[in-house]
Amino acid sequence: MSKVIVVTSGKGGVGKTTTSASFAAGLANRGHRTVVIDFDIGLRNLDLVMGCERRVVYDFVNVINDEATLKQALIRDKSDNNLHILPASQTRDKDAFTEEKVGKVIDELREDFDYIVCDSPAGIEKGALMALFYADEALIVTNPEISSVRDSDRILGMLSAKSQRAIQGEEPIKEHLVVTRYSPNRAESGEMLSLDDIQELLGIDLIGVIPESEAVLQASNSGVPVIRDEQSKSGQAYQDMVARFLGEDIPMRFLEAEKKGFLKRFFGA
Amino acid sequence: MSIFDYFKRKPTKATAAIAKERLHIVMAHEHRVANGPDYLPALRRELMEVITKYVQIQREDIKVNLERHGDCEILELNIALPEEGKETKEKIAAR
Repeated sequence: MSKVIVVTSGKGGVGKTTTSASFAAGLANRGHRTVVIDFDIGLRNLDLVMGCERRVVYDFVNVINDEATLKQALIRDKSDNNLHILPASQTRDKDAFTEEKVGKVIDELREDFDYIVCDSPAGIEKGALMALFYADEALIVTNPEISSVRDSDRILGMLSAKSQRAIQGEEPIKEHLVVTRYSPNRAESGEMLSLDDIQELLGIDLIGVIPESEAVLQASNSGVPVIRDEQSKSGQAYQDMVARFLGEDIPMRFLEAEKKGFLKRFFGA
Repeated sequence: MSIFDYFKRKPTKATAAIAKERLHIVMAHEHRVANGPDYLPALRRELMEVITKYVQIQREDIKVNLERHGDCEILELNIALPEEGKETKEKIAAR
């Protein structure tokens, strides 16, 4: 039975697309047939982060409007046969989205894939609602920052009120918290909301903590999901997150503040 | 951080606790609004219209709250009537 997972946050710029790309790449790498859909109509970006921007011919809206088949629009990842991308359109309007039409595409994808990852746009408008409507599980991407936590809380409200599972009174969407851009040093010094604070405020279980790292920018610059950068802390943290999602019991890493020695403090880090 | 910063290292402010406190308050409020039925704002507006036919009150003098205790819902109406005389005039003058 395939699963639909929405990657959402409410707030923009917190790492939804980075997380979608790495999460999907991680599932595929572990042998699961995975497709990742960009729901950000008009502001396509997943293709860049995944490094397939020059291979986009047809997009999600073309499929919805029957201008292309799903097979024509899906882009196979260049280094992993298990991974496919359904890009967002650049120009078309969001009105193309209806529950029925999106549902038809999701149903068709369910036949071929184990996991369908929906990269939500920011906000709580139509695109974001469509991305979460068919979800079975949700990754809530949150920065340790006041507006991001509040927006995540709003999105949790949407998941429990506006999703298909909620409307039909089925078992609720399973929600997982992903904290990105986390800086243990700043949390320890009380400058930044801690993991405990965020979990307490949002009331959902933590599935991954991605430390603030230059590797994320470098990976997106080169169009490779950061999870494939096995040397980087972020890459490893995403690997752990995928493993936890698949049911493995792995302790959180990279939560300890780095102790700066006297010399390092003296001469600058 | 340079050698000079080392000597004037300021203690960083622990503002996360303030952030948490503020979030607690605002999120609790938003949950009440989100869980409340859609008719509350309209109910409040219409009550306001009826009451102002007889007594001069301000918008903030009416508080409509819906609370949930288990299976039981309590609709709480709190209307602060102006005191006789002076205060009423002040309130009217303030408009």
